[in-house]
Amino acid sequence: MTDRGKIDSLRLPVNGPGSSFSELLEARKPDLLPERDVKGHVEVPEGTTVLALRYAEGVVVAGDRRATEGFQIAHRSIEKVFAADDMSAVAIAGAAGPAVEMVRLFQTELEHYEKVEGERLTLEGKANKLSQMIRANLPAAMQGLVVVPLFAGFDENREYGRIFKYDVTGGRYEEDDYHATGSGGKDARGSLKKRFHPDLTRDEAIKCAIEALFDAADEDVGTGGPDLMRGIFPTVAAISSEGLVEVPEDEIRALFEEVISERGGEVRGPESHPVDVRRPGEEG
Amino acid sequence: MPMPYYVSPEQLMRDKADYARKGIARGKSVIALEYSDGILFMAENTSATLHKISEIYDRIAFAGVGKFNEFEQLRIGGIRLVDMKGYAYSREDVTAKSLANAYSQTLGNIFTSEVKPYECEILVGAVGEETASNELFHILYDGSVSDRTGWVAMGGASDQLNEYLENHYTKDYPKSVPDLKASVAMGHDALKTVEERDLTAEGLEVAILDRARARRKFRRLPAADLTKLL
Repeated sequence: MTDRGKIDSLRLPVNGPGSSFSELLEARKPDLLPERDVKGHVEVPEGTTVLALRYAEGVVVAGDRRATEGFQIAHRSIEKVFAADDMSAVAIAGAAGPAVEMVRLFQTELEHYEKVEGERLTLEGKANKLSQMIRANLPAAMQGLVVVPLFAGFDENREYGRIFKYDVTGGRYEEDDYHATGSGGKDARGSLKKRFHPDLTRDEAIKCAIEALFDAADEDVGTGGPDLMRGIFPTVAAISSEGLVEVPEDEIRALFEEVISERGGEVRGPESHPVDVRRPGEEG
Repeated sequence: MPMPYYVSPEQLMRDKADYARKGIARGKSVIALEYSDGILFMAENTSATLHKISEIYDRIAFAGVGKFNEFEQLRIGGIRLVDMKGYAYSREDVTAKSLANAYSQTLGNIFTSEVKPYECEILVGAVGEETASNELFHILYDGSVSDRTGWVAMGGASDQLNEYLENHYTKDYPKSVPDLKASVAMGHDALKTVEERDLTAEGLEVAILDRARARRKFRRLPAADLTKLL
């Protein structure tokens, strides 16, 4: 009768897993934890571009909808921006399967802690927890299953939005203004760099995010632009002291249409190409 | 070696039950009422941090009376159980029925096989799509479960509270159940009448399972909101 936890799962051993859900799984159902000991190299669908930027009242997180597998499109409407809880979001880039699993564990971890302790973890605490989870994924990352999320949320103690980026070892770096990651991350960052300023309003920040994703999709084959034919648009969430709100699809669609009409005039089509190119049909 | 005195099983169980009942009767009470948009839980509790009422899962809430450390242990155990189940399968697979069953098994085992039974009673409530599909499971110190409708009172003054609610709660369940304001008033009046003194919003712990909310239906009503409702 020394280990009561084994006899009856509703009774708590004093030295049990406390308020951490992943420690609980480790103790009771380790098979449910993500596989860490991966051998060999595997090809899986990859999520591409996600970004986050701060605005006056909080932070905006956005991501395109494409998953690729080599040069193939693996999925056209994958979700990459997830609410971690009411006050924060994770945006995933890299191996989609392990990333989505990591997000699910992270979400459960935060909710479990909140319910057991009666209060939410601080934003700092959440960011550190995610960092540990990425570090635990390092052996899998060495075999090609790299997961590098962006984490952003509203810090209720400091009363402003914060953005954290990670490296594959779980290294955690806070960004002051904006960050983008994934295959189109560099292009999105370039776009954000030109448009970002610290006093953006919510609407301006969302427009900034949309333009950055548009620019990334323009330059990077892995990043999906707005799919007008199927009605698939990137996902955007805004987090302020009021909590996380997903930006409605209509608003995102309208903003893309705005970007297209604004830029349409600047784009030169093939007709106006300066080089004299003759098409077969025009001959003679 | 001296032989222990023989005690008949009947006597043993009766003694344990008396012991548990006495412990529970010393504590404060909790009531639950089904209202038009969900389930209301109300308790007299001067502590803002040591809760009698808490969230278990999306649609499920927990209330406990009696010894705090004992029902707190059951509460955390319950959260662990449902979070693991929801993670392994899906969120919809977590049901109040299976949780109530697990609690019942645990309390039953403790009651029969341990020297000291738990001095607590618990309530597992789950809000459904409509009033008729709400669930309220009342689990006693010995593991016996009852499936209740409309209202439940447990704890120190449960007999008087049950009588009060029997007389005041609608007879036309589930067709016409009171709205939130009316049920808060009813719960408040019940506690006031039984305790024979005035209870302010600060001295009450109130939470709801509100079916209009998004995924997580549980919400505490802070004293400010409660004052407006009273």
